[in-house]
Order: sequence, then C-alpha cells, then structure tokens
Amino acid sequence: MIRQLSQRLLGPVTLVLLALTIWLGVWVTPPDKVQGNLVRLLYVHPAIAWVALYVSFGTATIASALYLWRRTRSWVADRVAHCAMEVSVVFIILTLITGSIWGRPTWGVWWAWDARLTSTAILGVLALGYLALRRANDDPTLRAKRSAVFAILAAINVPIIHFSVQWWKTLHQGATVFTSNRTLLVHGSMAWTLLISFVGFTLLFFWLLRARYRLEVARERVERATLDAALSQRQREGAL
Amino acid sequence: MASDPLVHLVDAVVFTNGFPLLSGVDLDVAPSSLNVVTGANGAGKTSLLRLLAGLVALSSGEGTVCGIDLAKGDLRQLRRRVGWLGHEGSFYADLSASENLRFCATALERPFDQIDLVLERVGLSARANTTTRQLSAGQRRRLGLAWLLLRRAELWLLDEPYASLDDQGREFFDDLLAEVTGAGATVVVSAHDPLRSARLRPRAIHLAGGRVQGDRR
Amino acid sequence: MIRVAWLVARKDLRIEARSRVLLWQVVPFGAMALLLSGLALGPAHAGDSSAGPGLFYLVVLFVALLMINRSQVIESTPGTRASVATLGLDPAGVFLGKALALAIELWVTGLVLLAGTVLVLHTALHGAILALPSVLVTLAGLACAGTLYGALTAGGEGASTLLPVLCLPAFAPLLIAGERSFSAALGHGGLWEWWVIVLVALVAYGGVGILLYGVLEES
Repeated sequence: MIRQLSQRLLGPVTLVLLALTIWLGVWVTPPDKVQGNLVRLLYVHPAIAWVALYVSFGTATIASALYLWRRTRSWVADRVAHCAMEVSVVFIILTLITGSIWGRPTWGVWWAWDARLTSTAILGVLALGYLALRRANDDPTLRAKRSAVFAILAAINVPIIHFSVQWWKTLHQGATVFTSNRTLLVHGSMAWTLLISFVGFTLLFFWLLRARYRLEVARERVERATLDAALSQRQREGAL
Repeated sequence: MASDPLVHLVDAVVFTNGFPLLSGVDLDVAPSSLNVVTGANGAGKTSLLRLLAGLVALSSGEGTVCGIDLAKGDLRQLRRRVGWLGHEGSFYADLSASENLRFCATALERPFDQIDLVLERVGLSARANTTTRQLSAGQRRRLGLAWLLLRRAELWLLDEPYASLDDQGREFFDDLLAEVTGAGATVVVSAHDPLRSARLRPRAIHLAGGRVQGDRR
Repeated sequence: MIRVAWLVARKDLRIEARSRVLLWQVVPFGAMALLLSGLALGPAHAGDSSAGPGLFYLVVLFVALLMINRSQVIESTPGTRASVATLGLDPAGVFLGKALALAIELWVTGLVLLAGTVLVLHTALHGAILALPSVLVTLAGLACAGTLYGALTAGGEGASTLLPVLCLPAFAPLLIAGERSFSAALGHGGLWEWWVIVLVALVAYGGVGILLYGVLEES
C-alpha cells in the first residue's frame, strides 16, 4: 500500500517541487552580487547535471552490474538499465544546453573547451553509444549482456569527470555548494531553492524512469506476441 | 538397463533475430550412436547442431547435452566436450595446417606428437605447411577432421561434412565415422539426404519447420 | 590464464606477421594521416611543433580503430569463431592475449608515427624520447580498451561502423591524458596527473577485461 501510494504521489510531488523551484528561483531569491540575474539558471543547471552524471548514469550502471552478476540477473535489471540510460541522455543534453546558456554571457562563447563541459559531452556520446549498441543486437540476451558491459566501461568515465574539475585548468566553476572541508558556500533562500531543485529534479528522473519502464514492458508484451505468432507459423510450416 | 541419453531435448525452441530457428524439438540421442539429421534448406539442421554444441542459447524448453543443462549449465564446459565441424571451415586462414593444429593442441593440452599422425590419417601430410587459405575446400574439410581427431571429443557434431568431398573422400569419411562410433564417440551429422553408405546404419532424424518430423532407426 | 594469453598473443602476432596488414596497410595509412594533418593546419602552421602531440594522438586513434577491427575480424571469419569457442579457452587469458598482441602492434605503429611527428611536425626529438614511456603506457591502455570494445561489437549488425561510435568517446580521456603528458615531456606543464589518469584507465580496463570478457564471449 505504501508502495502504491508513493507511486501515485511521485508525479504530483515532482511537479510541485519543480514549480516551487521556478517560483523561488525566478521571483523570490535575490540576484547574485556578481552574476546578477544570471544566477537564477544555477537553480536548474547543477541539479540537472547532478541527475545526468550521477543519478541516472549511476542507476544505469548499478542495474547493469546487477544484470551481470548471476545471482541478481533478471530482465528487470536490464530494463531499468536501458530506461535509465535513455533518460540520462535527455538530462545530459539539458545539462549542456543550460550550461551553454549560462556560459554565453559569462564566458562570451556558447562552447568553451572546459574540462567538465567536454567530459559531459563525452559522457553524452557514450550514452548514445549505449543506445546504438542495443539497436545493433536483436537477441535479447546478447543485447542485455553487451549493453551491461558497455555501461560498466562507460562508468569509468564518471570519476574522470569528477576529478577533472580539480586537475585541469578550467573556466568552469569549482566547488559551488560546499568547500573541500564541507563548509556551505550558499546561504539563505538561495540554499533552500538549490536543495528543492536537487530533490525535484531527482524525483523527475524517477518519474520519467517509471514511465519509460512501463512503456518498455508494454513493448516487450507486443514483441512476445509477435514471437509467438512466428513460432506458430514455423510449426505449421513443418507440418505441411 | 539402457544408459541415459547423451542428448535430451524437450520442446527446445531457439530464436534468433525474432525468427524461430527451432520450433520445439523433442530428441534423445543415445551414447556411442551414429545419427543423421536430414531436411531441406532452412529446416533447422545447422541450428540443432549449434544448440547441441552450446553455440546458441536455448530460448525455451529443456535440454541437456553431455549432462550439462543448456539453460542453466556452463556452456563453456559443454563446448570443450564437443567436436564441431562446420560447413564453413574451422581455422585461421593465415596459419598453416600444422600451426592451426598446434594451436588446438596447446589449447587442449594435447601432446604435439599427435599432430603429424592425424595429418597423415587425413591425407594432408604433404600440405602441413600450407596456409589454410591456399587449401581447397575439400582439403579444408579434411583439416577439420584432423582437428576433431586431435580433440577426441565425446560428441561429434558435423554440419554437412560430405559437401565438397569427392568419392574417395566420402569413403574415407564413412570409414572414419565407423571407427569413431566403434571407439565410443557419439556422432550427429547433418545432411540434405540420408547417408548412402552400404556399411553405416545410422539413425535418420528428419527435420522440417524447426521440428523433428520423422525418426527412423 | 597466462598460458592462454601467451597462446593467443603468439597466434595473433603470427597472423599479423604472415599477412603483413600492419606493414602494408596500417602504417601507410598512419603516415598519410599524419601528412594530411600537417596539410590541414595550413601552410603557415604545417610545421608547428606545438600541434605535434595532439595530431600524433589523433592519428594514433584512427590507426587504433583499424587495428581493433582487424583484431576482431581474425576471429570472425565464418566457422572460426564456432571452432575456437569449442576449445573452451579461459576468457581472461583470451582478453589478455589479444590486448597484448594489439598493444605490441600499436607500439610498433606508434614508434613509426612518433618518428613521423618529429620529422614532419618538427616535434623536438629529445621531447619525443622523453614522452616515450607515457606513449607506450597510453597505447597499452588503448589496447586494453580497444580489445573490450572490439568484442562488444563483434558479429553485431554494422560492427565496423558501431566500433568507432563506441570507442571514440571512451578513448577521449586516454588521449587527452596522453597528449597532455606528451606536451609535458616537451616542457609544457606538469606531468604526474596525466600519468595517474593513464594508469588508472589501464588498470580499470584491464581489470574489467579480465572479469567480464567471458560474458562477452558467451554472448
């Protein structure tokens, strides 16, 4: 019952939090001392990036690992990995778009060869590669195994992205929310808006994942019916 | 008391790219027997052999080969126990006949001194140092046999082995089949037509539409 | 595992020595690509040595794609894959063997391209020599990663076009680190961070390969 209730509430709660983020970000929070109103985009961009790089990609990686381990191998794990990676592509593209929109007035260019931007773009192409790999294999088991291994390999890029901010000379913001000894840098209504934004977009990911998962289950049902029809046809062929 | 079958399939189905290659095969194969699987093109002969070799996965149904469950067992272990002769050839084209056999022997930890013996047995001693790319189709087929002789597998799976063989080659092949089944191996051969040999009396299994439609012992 | 690795590596290298695809096709392609990269910089910058490290690695990347594809094509000829599968080779050993053979082939080609970079892009010779260790390790990392990605695409639909789609983004961090460490050897910037990235990637791809190559072979 709790599960059903939480599934029913996921959509409305997500919409409320996102609406709250927009209201707070656009009308309530003050402009930044340095960036002015441009800071309002940062109530969206970091949260989307967090979901893109860690939540969605991480979900796809964990589900892939669960599929690869015999004890936890199941079609559910494969479906979750596939759907999470699709949603990840959407969030990665949004990360790059919002980042570019913020970057244009800040750096003067739509695209700067900044380490984090570049790494995020690479991750986006990796995610597209995952989807291309799935399309190249019709056999479900073959497709699931190869995709899972590829997701694990792609995940190796995530720590490289994480460390790139510290190690590479970069135009990108350094740590924005916390310092290296975990002192909060953002205060007041800005901090609350940022927190609500992170929670809202994280829930948005899970909402989209659930919707995509349901679609995938329906698609597989249709595919199974097609296979059953092909099998009957083949058996009739032999009887003639 | 009859021994357990070496191959036991119940309603075995194999799908590839959405097409049912096998659509419900029921089959038992006794150990130390010679079996010929016949059928028209597209009947599922090659697919059946590949299933028995552990080269394709079982989509549904049950099956055990050499005691290994096709759905849950370790197919790598199964593959080590079968000898496979495909109709496309089995080797690295840029390695010579003896180099290919040496690779096989090293992989299976067999002594090298058997290589010359098997090459002589199949009539390829003179071509030992010829790359397989330069061998004729019939010679490549003989090299495949040499590969099988080196392996001493308990289950031999031969996919249309008589193709590309002349009369002498076919007779040689019949001798070989009689010898290996007499030595205890189980052989499953696929062919378009039943074997025309006077000496061999194989069981004839007829496939059509991916299922067994006839079985004559 | 080591015995199988050695067996597979020797087999791949013997095939390469016999077929001479590396000598007659890959190396000339790499040399031509290096020349084209100089032309692409325009007449004013064709001999610009500061572009050397980046162009060297760009050409190495394209050469690596050819060689990874070649490494898988050897196994993909009709019948070979099935017959070799029945040998039941230890998959970790197969991975290490193929990666080792590919690494050796990349090293040979890389050395030729490095000499070409010194010659046509006017990269400093002493810098190229100092960069040699990082080049060799980066190419080893590419070999491990490439062997894995090659197995991922083997036998699938559009394998030859899918391979670059999968490989290029995965290679990018390795190539960035390789280029940075090459530049550092020429006297531009620090070195240790790039070594960490290359070594971590090498260990990570090597580890994943040893653990998961069997899954790819089963499929």
